[in-house]
Amino acid sequence: MSAPAATLQTRDVTKRFGGLVAVDRVSIGVPERAIASIIGPNGAGKTTLFDLLTGLHRPSSGSVAYRGREITRARPDQILASGMARTFQNIRLFPTLTALENVLIGRHARLKATLGGSILRPPWVVKEERTARARSRELLEYVGIARRHVDRSVTSLSYGDKRRVEIARALASDPRLLLLDEPTAGMNPSESHTLTTLMRTLRDELELTIVLIEHDMKVVMGVSDQVTVLDHGVKIAEGTPEHVRTDPKVIEAYLGFDHHRPEPVESR
Amino acid sequence: MKNILATSRRLGRSPSLGRFAVVAFAAAAVVLPFLFPAGSPFIDDCVLALAYIVMALGLNIIVGYAGLLDLGYVAFFAIGAYTIGWLGSGFFFGANGGGGIHLFVSEPLTSAPGIHLTFPAILVFAVVFTVVAGMAIGLPTLRLRGDYIAIVTLAFGEIIGRLAINGDEVNVGRVWDRTAGALPLVPGIGDEARLTAGRRGITPVDRIDLPGLPRFGALDLRPWYFTILALVGVAIFVNWRLRDSRHGRAWIALREDEVAAASMGIPLVRTKLLAYGVGAAFGGVSGAFLGSYLNTVNADQFQFQFSIFILAMVVLGGLGSAKGVIVGAIALAFLNSFLIPDVINTLPDRLGFDFDFTRVSFGIFGFLLVIMMVLRPEGLLPERRRQLELRGIADSEVMPPESEPQPARGRDALEPEPAGSGT
Repeated sequence: MSAPAATLQTRDVTKRFGGLVAVDRVSIGVPERAIASIIGPNGAGKTTLFDLLTGLHRPSSGSVAYRGREITRARPDQILASGMARTFQNIRLFPTLTALENVLIGRHARLKATLGGSILRPPWVVKEERTARARSRELLEYVGIARRHVDRSVTSLSYGDKRRVEIARALASDPRLLLLDEPTAGMNPSESHTLTTLMRTLRDELELTIVLIEHDMKVVMGVSDQVTVLDHGVKIAEGTPEHVRTDPKVIEAYLGFDHHRPEPVESR
Repeated sequence: MKNILATSRRLGRSPSLGRFAVVAFAAAAVVLPFLFPAGSPFIDDCVLALAYIVMALGLNIIVGYAGLLDLGYVAFFAIGAYTIGWLGSGFFFGANGGGGIHLFVSEPLTSAPGIHLTFPAILVFAVVFTVVAGMAIGLPTLRLRGDYIAIVTLAFGEIIGRLAINGDEVNVGRVWDRTAGALPLVPGIGDEARLTAGRRGITPVDRIDLPGLPRFGALDLRPWYFTILALVGVAIFVNWRLRDSRHGRAWIALREDEVAAASMGIPLVRTKLLAYGVGAAFGGVSGAFLGSYLNTVNADQFQFQFSIFILAMVVLGGLGSAKGVIVGAIALAFLNSFLIPDVINTLPDRLGFDFDFTRVSFGIFGFLLVIMMVLRPEGLLPERRRQLELRGIADSEVMPPESEPQPARGRDALEPEPAGSGT
């Protein structure tokens, strides 16, 4: 066991789709306020693992616990309410809404207006709504969305800005743990550098725990406290970036041959 | 206040102009019945149109906001109408041992057999019954999406329609139980009580009788007009308030991306059932009103075509846009009750064809919808959001233009993009 006080802990979590074992007895513990990366080749089961953590899929077996509470069979909205929010690999913003409205939806779980309250709008609902809007604007600014983009349709935003809006939307639910699925995918080096800085800021300022799926090794090695490597649904290595980088199994999974062999293919 | 102004500006319209249009429209609606004789057929058409608006605004919440395609909305009309049939007529003549049950009703009814509740109380029951029915129809559709929801709701509408037709065979006062002999199902409404009156219809139905006002009559249609106008007001208010609320946003999120919505903390089951419930309630309210206004609750009123009629109003006007839905409902209502039967009906005959237009009115609605889908798929007065989606309306119309470099278009524009900040 890596860290004793893991805030997020999976035990032998497994997901089968018919004959395919997408995630195979994976146990991961993420300590509080850590940045933990999950890496692995395409199809290794990383996103499926995220779906298991956030309740979009139910594990075939095994369990998931968050802050000491079992969440294996909880619904996505219950998991979000318990303090875990996520982003998606293929950005899933609500396309007809503005950036601000998208973030407001992330705030849904923290708002208390009842149906009657929404219709009649007593003072406390008006106040709640106003606070939510102010907070959402703050968050958009925090992740680096220019003020003039806030009230525009999200479809008109640049790719990098969409990713940032998605992070703001996740942050709007006041999470303690953030799951980011390939946040730097499709970004240029300068954008992904900014995002890496943002992740550290989030961890330090908002005291978040961050779990990250990432392909960009520069990002992974630069930001992670802990790296977990999946291959064909199986956890093949776990540890500090340095440890994982030199692990023969990892190199084999990524490069597909035994690195101990003295010389790779040389001939043409 | 600032918020309202900002929203209006975002809509790309002058705020004062928009507000003026709304006030003018409301004023016209209030003055209109005084320009015609109290019993004029025009007011009759208007009352029906307003009743359709209430239903269309209800369906707008289900289909327009939450994106749940409901093809069985007529079921809620039926349940609302039967509520007044049951609780506001002599239909259950055996109730209370033939003495009748009465609640806040005035003279001739106080001794009549049957159940006679005051209209506001009936509205409350109509809301309760339709909300329950709405959630009941919601339950089997929870795991379904898109077209499959449409099929289930269509079936639900048909089930209620069949039940209305055959309900005159269903004895709800007493059911046969093999072990205990006869058992009362609904105690106190008489042994002979049936569920519906089938195609014969429950008639007469109590005219609306509001405390402090004379009983509504068949000759003066103005009180009916103002009652349903007030209900339209309520429906508009609810649509408008919910659109920019926690619940409205949750419905839209659900409509756009169910997975993302759930992951963002929106409870799918509760949110969907709420949409069905709220939308159904307006069908019930309008149905109860129509039951009284038309003075009959008749199984033939509850046909599948009616669901399509209301849905066409929503689609024609603009899904999710309350203003659009009102315009769509007025347009189709007058097409249905005035333009087709009174104006163009004899046209084919005069041209030497052997049919009249009232028999193909649904063909005409369908034709209109096709034309709409080709020319203006977002509806007559679309919601801003949908306009963005379907037309890709340039943001310059939504927000002031800005100085960001545009993608190169002509040869002159082939300048290098400003380099990203290096690291």
